[in-house]
Amino acid sequence: MDAGRQSDSTSGNNRITVERKSDRELVVTRSFNAPARIVFEAWTKPELLKRWWAPKSFGISFLSCEADVRTGGTYRFEFGHPASEQPMAFFGRYIEVTPHSRLVWTNEEGGEDGSVTTVIFEERGGETLVVMRDLYPSKEALDAAIASGSTSGFGEAFGQLDELLVTLGVGRS
Amino acid sequence: MVQYSTARFNSSFAALSDATRRGVLEQLGRGNASITDLAEKFHMTLTGMKKHVSVLEQAGLVTTEKVGRIRTCKLGLRRLEEEAAWIERYRQLWAARFDELDKIVEELKRKEKIDGRRKTK
Repeated sequence: MDAGRQSDSTSGNNRITVERKSDRELVVTRSFNAPARIVFEAWTKPELLKRWWAPKSFGISFLSCEADVRTGGTYRFEFGHPASEQPMAFFGRYIEVTPHSRLVWTNEEGGEDGSVTTVIFEERGGETLVVMRDLYPSKEALDAAIASGSTSGFGEAFGQLDELLVTLGVGRS
Repeated sequence: MVQYSTARFNSSFAALSDATRRGVLEQLGRGNASITDLAEKFHMTLTGMKKHVSVLEQAGLVTTEKVGRIRTCKLGLRRLEEEAAWIERYRQLWAARFDELDKIVEELKRKEKIDGRRKTK
């Protein structure tokens, strides 16, 4: 479990952990210094979601952001990135929206191999622990996502490092 | 097992976070070099260069071999495993998102405080 305590080069002292919990599941945790209702609001109001879902440091920006955040509602996000001519689209359906505690949605851009994301908001003493699970339909589906190299479509942002590793012969040649 | 590879990858990324160390890898990509050579090339003391090389060595990016008095460095054979590299990218994406989310959350908290004060008065 110690990996969770590793230093985090990208976000100062905020503790984010990412683990492949099983053959077909990834789990991300992070806590926020605010009550669950506030954190939940930022995940469920499109005008707020829009402001953090496409981080500037990744060079991506929203072209459009539609989200009907209620059980059975759909969403569609389109992003632009300088390295990609085509906009990147992500879409799916909210399976469950329980105020201040739970959000579940599908990721359908990948077809049948798409994951289902469950976000749980746990409030403790004014802080909220966010636990996000990405569950793939099979081990093969998660392995395929990994092999494709895309990270929710943002793989290009890491191109620089990959390139460096390849030129050095450290990476795959 | 996953934890193991994640930890290994953190050491790789930490090793690569430093410009000098990236330079050393680039240099070694052109050919093997001794610590003395590297220290000279990067205008560093031997001790300073030894430290950098040892970080790279621990991350498996460089291997060294001492023959006589000379320690020769060359690129390590280990390549980044796909899975751990992917997970690292995934982590970075979410870390970046959550840093932005922190800002929104702070803003909402401030707003709630102001609204709360208005209501009670």
